Order: sequence, then C-alpha cells, then structure tokens
Amino acid sequence: MVRLGRAVIGLVYIAGSALLQSRSGHPNYWVDAVIVAVGVVAGVISWAVTTWSVDGSILQVSTGLIRRKVVRLPLSRVQAVDLVEPWLARVLGLAEVRVRTGGGGGGDARLQYLSVSHAQAVRTALVALAHGLPGSTPEAVDRPLVKVDNGLLVLSTLLTGRVLSSVAFVGLEVVLFTIHQTVVASSLLLYMFASLSALGRRIANEWGLAVSESPDGLRVKTGLGSRVRETIPPNRIQALHQLEPLFWRAFGWQRLEIHLAGGVARRRNQPRAVVRRALLPVGHRPECDLLLSRLLGRTGVALTTPPSRGRVRSPFSFHFLAAGHDGWVAMSTSGRLSRRTEIIPLAKVQSIHYVQGPILRALRLATVRVVAAGRDTSVSWRQWDAFEARKLVDELTAACAAARQYDLAQVVRADK
Amino acid sequence: MVTETGTSLVGSPAEERWLSPSRRLLTMRRVELGVAAVIAAAAAFAALAANGLVVLGGICAAAVVVLTVLGDRLLGRRYRSWGYCERSADLLVRRGVMFQRLTVVPYGRMQLVDVTAGAIERTFGLQTVVLHTAAAATDARIPGLQPDEATRLRDRLAALGETQAAGI
Repeated sequence: MVRLGRAVIGLVYIAGSALLQSRSGHPNYWVDAVIVAVGVVAGVISWAVTTWSVDGSILQVSTGLIRRKVVRLPLSRVQAVDLVEPWLARVLGLAEVRVRTGGGGGGDARLQYLSVSHAQAVRTALVALAHGLPGSTPEAVDRPLVKVDNGLLVLSTLLTGRVLSSVAFVGLEVVLFTIHQTVVASSLLLYMFASLSALGRRIANEWGLAVSESPDGLRVKTGLGSRVRETIPPNRIQALHQLEPLFWRAFGWQRLEIHLAGGVARRRNQPRAVVRRALLPVGHRPECDLLLSRLLGRTGVALTTPPSRGRVRSPFSFHFLAAGHDGWVAMSTSGRLSRRTEIIPLAKVQSIHYVQGPILRALRLATVRVVAAGRDTSVSWRQWDAFEARKLVDELTAACAAARQYDLAQVVRADK
Repeated sequence: MVTETGTSLVGSPAEERWLSPSRRLLTMRRVELGVAAVIAAAAAFAALAANGLVVLGGICAAAVVVLTVLGDRLLGRRYRSWGYCERSADLLVRRGVMFQRLTVVPYGRMQLVDVTAGAIERTFGLQTVVLHTAAAATDARIPGLQPDEATRLRDRLAALGETQAAGI
C-alpha cells in the first residue's frame, strides 16, 4: 500500500489539482481527498491480493489483481532475508520482508507489509528453513561488531572537501554581495545545493549504522527515516574501498564501502547489477580493521611501491601509489589529496589487464589492473616496472584461477 | 612481437598459439581511410580554388595525401598489433600501437558472447566478437573476423564458458 500509494498519489495529485485550480480559480479540497482515497483503495487491494506460502522447500508469492504474477523460490537458493521499513510504513508499524536469491534467474521476492513483530518472526522462520532447519528454530544470536557514532558521522561529513568548498563559496558570495550587490556564478549555487542535499540523504541513510556478526554473514542495520536490516554473506562481496579524505587523515578517520553482487539483472543476458554500500560510514582504523578481518580473514596485504621514475608520469599522486597481493586478496592505494584503497578478493576477479601508453613505454613502465564486477572496481599496479608487470600478469592469472577454484569448492561443499 | 624496450607482451610461442584478424580488416581500414582522405582533399581544394587560391588548394590537397600515406603505415602497425590466443583456461586479447593492451579473460567469467557486424563490416564480410563479463571495464573485443572463424570462436567460447562457469 505504501509503495503503490506514493507514486500514484503524487502523480494524480499534481495533475488533478493543477487542472481543477486552473478551472475554478480557488483550491478544491474534496478533490484531493478523493484522489488520496483512490490511492489508498488501490494500495489496499494490491496488499489484499498478495498472498504467500511455504510449501515444503519452496516459497511461493503471488501478487496482482488483474495480472496475476507468481514467484516460486526454492528456499535452498535463498542468500539472505532482509527487513525493509520505509518511513511511512514505519509510522504505521509495518515492515517488508525481502527474500534475496543468488545465482541466475529467480530474483527477489517481496512480502509487502506485515506488522514489524510478524515480519521478524517470518524472517527468522525463512532463514531457518533456508538452512534446512525446522521453521520454529529460534534466531541465531548475533554478536555486535561496530556501530557508527552519529555525532562523528555529521562532523566528518562537514569536514569533506565538498562541504568545505561549498561553505567557502557561499561565504565569498555573501562578501561580494555586501560590497558590490552582485552575485556571480549563481548556477553554481544550485549545483552545490544539489550536492549538499545528496550528502544529507547519505547521512540519513547511514544514520545509526550498526554491524553485527551472525552465522550467515554480517548483519547491517541502518537508517534514520526509512530503516533497513540486511544480511551480507561474505561471498557476495565483489570489492571493497577504503576512503580517507584529506581532512579526515589528521583524525585517523576512514570510510569503508563494499560492492555487492546485487539482486536482479536489468535485462536478460546483461551483467548483473552490483550495488555499492557503506559498511562503515566513518570510523577509526581498529574498527575498519575488525570488519576487514571478518570479511577477508586479514586486515591488509604487504604493499610495494613502484620505481621512482614513475613520478614523472604521476607527480601529484605518486606518494600514495602502492599495490600488492598475497595470493587471495589484491590491494592498491592511490589518490592525490585523499587516499583511496581498493581491495578485491582474487576469487572475484573478472579480467586482468596490462596497459602501456607512450609515456609509460618511454619510462619502461606499465600498469596492471585486475577488475571485479561493477563499476570503478579495480586494483591497479600503477607505473610498475614493465618487465615485472608482464610477469605479474601471469602470476595473477594463476593466482586468480587457484582462488576461484577454491571458492567454487567451498560453495559446492556448502550446498551439500 | 617485441617492443622497443625489450618487453614482450606475448609469452613463449611454443605454449601460445596467437591468431590475428582477417587481412580483410586491414583492407577495410585502408578503404575507410582512403575514402575519408579523398573527401577531405577534394573539399579543401574545392573550397580554396573557389576563392581563387588554386595553388594553396593544391598544397592542402597534397598535404592530405602525404598524411594519408603516413596514416596508412600506422594502420598496418595497428592491424598487426591485434591478436588473440585461446589458452586452456582463459582468452588473451592484445591490441594497440601507442597504447598497448593485453587482456586476460578467464572462460569461467564470461557472461555472454556477442557477434556483431556493422554496415561497412558486412560489405567486407567481417564480424566482431565481443566478450562480456560482470565487470563494466572488461572490453575484450576482437574485430575483423571472417564469419566462419567468428562462429567457431563464439561456439568454442560459449562451450568453455559453460563448462568452466564460476558464477559471480
């Protein structure tokens, strides 16, 4: 009801009220009421015709009044069961249970809007059934790992380059306006407003983020208005980023993001969507290391720096260039003012690239890159010695194949 | 192929059998360049001659011809830089003269294999095979294949991708 309500009400309301006001000249409130009522009735119908049942090891969800759609999910394929509470649903004490599956085809099943306590019970039962246990098994206890400090979250956001430059720009505008009564580059103000509101949304999404550990993966609970409780199985993680903006480094803060193999591909025969998510919006090194060791079994790998002649090619980022791998995990750092660390488990590598442009060739250097699913997910050995780089390609090819085989064997064992 | 710095993009020839696109790809690129050059030279000459600068127009047209000849040499090198090699577990693709690239795609990571042929490619009877993985940055493309070779490669890659599939 909540989901359908929002879009329909919004559209019809704008169209309807604009039409009527232009005709009569003064607002007409009963029309608004009818429009809201229609939206609510449509929502209630869509909620009432949604039924779901567990038949043996198969979850079946059917929806739709006129066009019935039935989704059947084998419970053994379920990867995670998440609880989603959009803010309107939260006000009404409702929650959605989202069942995520791995592998091709299938997709997600949504059990839309149960009461919160019921949704939690359903979630526990589904997780138990997915593990082949009776549905009455109590929920596994999870151990809290880290929790974001909300004060720090706001403070650290204020100390990012985007906010500081906006503040400086607005200050400049105010000074200019008081002296000359003019505003320059006013379109920039609009852009800044948009980028700041995006940051505000990010804070709201990451408010009170708490990570705990459970047998089926990390549980993440987050959100200020809308709240999401999800479980992240470690094998769904494709890549990790660690970000340290310039001003954060003085305080030792960092941000940890993960790229997850997402739910459904947008079209058939298309690479599956990968979603990017913060696991630690802001925190200190020990917290970050704790999460990394839980996800990868290590906090990092030994990094090597490229030969100093590479400084010619990248004078402003050379101080941060480093990369390495230990046969299971590849890691590299880069950046000019902000440091960015990329981490990819070798079992998730999609392809390996060796690139050498004219400048690098003149310097007898080359760049090697391993790429994981998604966008902007690569670990790079930038400005590496050309001979070493060519050897590295063969080394990585073998290491990735071994890691992939090992991962595959684990999955097969888990399926049995 | 050994580059100026002595670093070889290619491993030992005994273990790797490198294949290259059809010679017709080079012909196609030459025709493309030639047509573009003729149009450019004619346009430059016509525009300048119409304004009474016949000598300058002639010089411009000659310059275009010289540039085309130089470009033709580059085309030859670019054509020779293309190569692909099917190893037991992965496909290697190399390309580029100025920017040399070597791409390794494990068969198990292939999500789909596309075979495409544009209008110009079709007149020359050529096809392009494109490999897609779950990563947006993987651009393993092999242009200028004759239809039977493109079909063979497509079927072989699809079969290998099936047997070695590793999921995401």
